[in-house]
Amino acid sequence: MNVHAVRAIYTFEMARTFRTLLQSIVSPVLSTSLYFVVFGAAIGSRIESIDGVSYGVFIVPGLVMMSLLTLSISNASFGIYFPKFVGTIYELLSAPVSYLEIVLAYVGAAATKSVMIGLVMLATAAFFVPLRIDHPLVMVLFLVLTAVTFSLFGFIVGIWADGFEKLQLVPLLVVMPLAFLGGSFYSIDMLPPLWRTISLFNPVVYLVSGFRWSFIGTADVSVGISLFMTLAFLGLCLAAVAWIFRTGYRLKN
Amino acid sequence: MQPVIEVTNLSKTYATGFEALKDVSLEVRRGEIFALLGPNGAGKTTLINIICGLVNPGEGRILVDGHDIVRDYRTTRKLIGLVPQELAIDAFESVWWTVSFSRGLFGRSKNPAHIEKILRSLALWDKKDAKVMTLSGGMKRRVLIAKALSHEPEILFLDEPTAGVDVELRQDMWNLVRSLRDTGVTIILTTHYIEEAEEMADRVGVINKGEIILVEDKHTLMQEHGKKELSLELDSPLAAIPESLSGHALQLDSDGRRLVFTYGTHGPRTGINALFADLGQAGIRFRDLETRQSSLQDIFVGLVRDRR
Repeated sequence: MNVHAVRAIYTFEMARTFRTLLQSIVSPVLSTSLYFVVFGAAIGSRIESIDGVSYGVFIVPGLVMMSLLTLSISNASFGIYFPKFVGTIYELLSAPVSYLEIVLAYVGAAATKSVMIGLVMLATAAFFVPLRIDHPLVMVLFLVLTAVTFSLFGFIVGIWADGFEKLQLVPLLVVMPLAFLGGSFYSIDMLPPLWRTISLFNPVVYLVSGFRWSFIGTADVSVGISLFMTLAFLGLCLAAVAWIFRTGYRLKN
Repeated sequence: MQPVIEVTNLSKTYATGFEALKDVSLEVRRGEIFALLGPNGAGKTTLINIICGLVNPGEGRILVDGHDIVRDYRTTRKLIGLVPQELAIDAFESVWWTVSFSRGLFGRSKNPAHIEKILRSLALWDKKDAKVMTLSGGMKRRVLIAKALSHEPEILFLDEPTAGVDVELRQDMWNLVRSLRDTGVTIILTTHYIEEAEEMADRVGVINKGEIILVEDKHTLMQEHGKKELSLELDSPLAAIPESLSGHALQLDSDGRRLVFTYGTHGPRTGINALFADLGQAGIRFRDLETRQSSLQDIFVGLVRDRR
């Protein structure tokens, strides 16, 4: 294992985060606060409790998960796309690093940032609602697992993208709608039967559901299924990354 | 002595169908400066990129210091430093940071003393804290060299190292390359400036349309393929070259005042004595003469043109 290389890439990526502190941390915290003001305080006060908790408490896991997904993807995709864009990828490709080490460093850094921001958002939420976490270890497990999985997905997007427009395409046009329709702001049990069935094809439902279970102890689908689906998506992303490096897709040709 | 780089029957065809390399075989000796020359699109950069790991190889085999570049990629890549053609560099980082990053990336532990030594040798020490974006083009190129040297490689690839740099800096670069060779580093450079190869290279390889045309010691190449020209300024203009001189390789310029005799230097006789004797018999007198050795550029252009 080329530990020096993994450390160099990881440190480089983390340094980029702290250099752009406003964009990386302050911005998501501000947007979360606005969600709580609008949905939690203004609209939420007129909604009766869901699954035995206030609407403000109910949306905390969904909000954190939604941000976690989009930030993980954009962090990782930008991290690998930028060297491609400016040409510094030559150094990475000519270095004595294995594909596993490259993924470990880039995805590790992107996931670290996402988890950090997720925790900051939880702390922010605590200012607005009485935060309740029934299963803290499961909460951390879902937080880390989701951050890693979607950072991997973002890494794939970054390699696939050949322009900044494509870089934004997946988070904005695919992930964001799926997150909104994945039960971030409602329980899918509130939907008519047909839409509930359709929702079960949305992978975000399982992420939000499992994460919410760790907070309030109730969920749309069982926590075991949520965990299985998250791991399945992680396996899918790993297989895609392995194929990319084996063929050199958009990197070595 | 075992060559430090050994390319055997290497071919590369891109997904577009473009055949960039055709059955290329090449050996680079340890400690030499090897210049790879060729016109645009000849396959120089593809060859370098394959050896360095930037492009997937096609058929064939490449050994670096006896190690296969695919199977033993960690060993071979640690031995190689690459200075790319483009100024691809992180603009937002400081010089010190980006050079230290490269050292870590190539698996070396921190060594501030070594980084300092490199930066001083490249006249970048006083810019160590400057952001790369604030540097001139020439300085950025030096930073790229510093990055390539940061992990103490034994082989250095310089892809068009002096493209777009001014004459003074070019001289500095040449001196730097020579000093690196003196420390035992093998240097492979590609260049459009043939004079650069003529100035520095120990051996020259010419590649055209993906094929190696020749690999030769520079002095041997210039001796065997080079020609000399003897130019005679005539006392009186000639209307045409007399029949009695038709056995000599002569050319008469348009105003009839200059005769140019082209001859090789590697044979036992140059033919100059015979020419002078025949000129005397023909009553042709000259008031001045000069000779000119064909340059590596002339040889290169001739070689590439012959293959078209």
